Amino acid sequence: MAIATATQVSNPLPQADTANITGSKALLEALIAEGVETIFGYPGGAIMPIYDALYDYHDHLKHILVRHEQGGIHAAQGFARSSGKVGVVFATSGPGATNLVTGLADAMIDSTPVVAITGQVYAHLLGTDAFQETDVINITSPVTKWNYQITDAAEIPAVLAKAFYIARSGRPGPVLIDITKNAQLQLFAYSGYQKCNHIRSYRPKPIIRKVYIEEAANLINAAEKPFVIFGQGVILGNAEKEFTNFIEKGGLPAAWTILGLSALPTDHPLNMGMLGMHGNYGPNVLTNDCDVLIAVGMRFDDRVTGRLDKYAKQAKVIHLDIDPSEIDKNVKATVGVWGDCKETLPLLTQLIESKSRTAWVQRFKDHDAEENKEVIFSELHPDTPVLTMGEVIRNLNEISGGDAIIVTDVGQHQMVTCRYARFNQSNSNITSGGLGTMGFALPAAIGAKFGAPERTVVAVIGDGGVQMTLQELGTILQTEVNVKILILNNHFLGMVRQWQQLFHDKRYSFVDIASPDYVKLAEAYGIAGASIESRDQLNDALTKMYHHPGSYLLEVNVGKENNVFPMVPQGCSVSEIRLK
Amino acid sequence: MKQEYTITVYTENHIGLLVRIATIFSRRKINIESLNTSPSEAEGIHRFTIVIVETEEVVRKLARQIEKQVEVLKAYYNNNEEIIWQELALYKVPTAQIAEKVKVERLLREHGARAVVIRNDYVVFETVGHREETDRLVQVLAPYGLIEFVRSARVAIIKESSGFHEKLREFEQTEPREELIENEFLNQQKEVFSM
Repeated sequence: MAIATATQVSNPLPQADTANITGSKALLEALIAEGVETIFGYPGGAIMPIYDALYDYHDHLKHILVRHEQGGIHAAQGFARSSGKVGVVFATSGPGATNLVTGLADAMIDSTPVVAITGQVYAHLLGTDAFQETDVINITSPVTKWNYQITDAAEIPAVLAKAFYIARSGRPGPVLIDITKNAQLQLFAYSGYQKCNHIRSYRPKPIIRKVYIEEAANLINAAEKPFVIFGQGVILGNAEKEFTNFIEKGGLPAAWTILGLSALPTDHPLNMGMLGMHGNYGPNVLTNDCDVLIAVGMRFDDRVTGRLDKYAKQAKVIHLDIDPSEIDKNVKATVGVWGDCKETLPLLTQLIESKSRTAWVQRFKDHDAEENKEVIFSELHPDTPVLTMGEVIRNLNEISGGDAIIVTDVGQHQMVTCRYARFNQSNSNITSGGLGTMGFALPAAIGAKFGAPERTVVAVIGDGGVQMTLQELGTILQTEVNVKILILNNHFLGMVRQWQQLFHDKRYSFVDIASPDYVKLAEAYGIAGASIESRDQLNDALTKMYHHPGSYLLEVNVGKENNVFPMVPQGCSVSEIRLK
Repeated sequence: MKQEYTITVYTENHIGLLVRIATIFSRRKINIESLNTSPSEAEGIHRFTIVIVETEEVVRKLARQIEKQVEVLKAYYNNNEEIIWQELALYKVPTAQIAEKVKVERLLREHGARAVVIRNDYVVFETVGHREETDRLVQVLAPYGLIEFVRSARVAIIKESSGFHEKLREFEQTEPREELIENEFLNQQKEVFSM
């Protein structure tokens, strides 16, 4: 093998317990050692040696052939979010790698552990504008937690060990490993795989300092109106139980960011609902009324805070986060509690007094009643003939009982679904939060099902988003994965239309979007389906979809110009939330 | 208040890290006034010296973003009172001018310039100092046919620093001493990144 001998092996000395294997084989061995069972990917020229090796590994590694690399990485994200494990995606060099960028950016901003493996041209061709060569390391640097280019097979075991360690530890994130073709082909002396658990320049978890826990506890104990806001950190830290203990002991009302959704069951008496732009009335208004705001594993995104200079100015802020750079980034913390909330929350719970703050919790309920009167009731029980998105989700809740994994895309349907969907258990809400990637839901739902095969996965998607990654119906066709696709079709790019209506004088600029016949399309892919538009069909159609033995596509035609309320208009304070 | 800050970053010597650090600034549209990278006193550890003009709040956030990079061991920031710094400058002046005009030679001497290369056609001088000093010399040399001028990035020593040798040994441990962990001075945030 000319390529193999042409490359210097960094440790050529043969040892008794080593065997000469190719870089490709070492890569697959690394994946198996890391517990990987499912890979999403798409082959191509520069990754062919890895796919060749994969041919012999089909007993150990299940490869899901997607229809586009973006679908591959979103599937890996969905897998990671439903399983809590690291998602893995393969792509070739050049366009294969650049097609991953959106998913990497999405995983980066939503802290999703993903390892992406990309093929690269031969090392001697780097920088020559070779066929399908692209500078993937530099392109992906801003959207990866870490990336690395391997040009020598001997690096593969150690680099892969680092990649998995970095992707899943601390605040998780995407890691990209670019492997040149010569390194994939190269034989080297392989002496086994060792997992990584320490990198000297990398501190995944800050040390917890008792003094700040004590200060935080004192603030909470002295508070009249403490309010907890939580994000995905609770889920990523597997700290749902610790979190529930914390709020229950303190009698602390709690509201979630869109990524924190499902960490606390919908029915929990202290679950006060959703924060932010389309969140619930009480949590937004009372953010500017509470005396101590306790933020757990969330990052004060602008969609949560609205106008920062009018955000919780009256409150002392306690911020628990594993990522030191998040403390004081957007909202100045009175006390920053750095650390993994799995560890910090129990320490805090020990020190807080057991209280029930009924009067304070009642204030949330009063606001809720007002929101119910102005918004929720008519959304869930409309008296008009056209269907609303909210009633579809309410009906779905009755069928699922809150046990389904709900994957959403981006836009009005996402806000409505997150507002109204019920969840009994964690890791059940999968959505593109920070990046707002339309086209996320369909491939992410496929990945989510592979990550949690025992659960029912429902992808709720708008008519805009579904047309962005429709090609993944082919992945469903081929793998026969059981995913329920619920298209809420309002024949508009609804969220943009809503903004054009409210802020651009109803100048509907390019938001009128046509759809194909989704049922026929599904049929072409061997997927059963139906399309409905009236209320009397809704329950039967959803039931049929939910209990269908395989994948199913249900298109529900909903009101064309319905808006999502409440709404905190951009540039306004959270307490200026509008109910209509 | 915006002022000059010198950010000192100890890193692994890793290809691609320069881009990661540079984009932390460029993404926020912050101009880097000066950037130097060189080996540090600790073996295998690189040191970045970055100068920007910003408010302390912005600099602190930047330092945290830098330290978040996997291959960065530590990032510190200091204002000009807290460091000793120098920049090297080279000036190419026509030899004829120096030979003919006594004043030029006197100017160079006054500014502490040292001849590095002397040729028939030109002489290269060097100075070491702060930016204002080299700027002044450029100004006074301009009328005498300054052919070329170049200035290095800032290199800076932090007055309070005790170096990185011991810290590096700590980082190599799985559980380093608490003093090294960034939240030591949580409520004295000014000191989080100073040694």
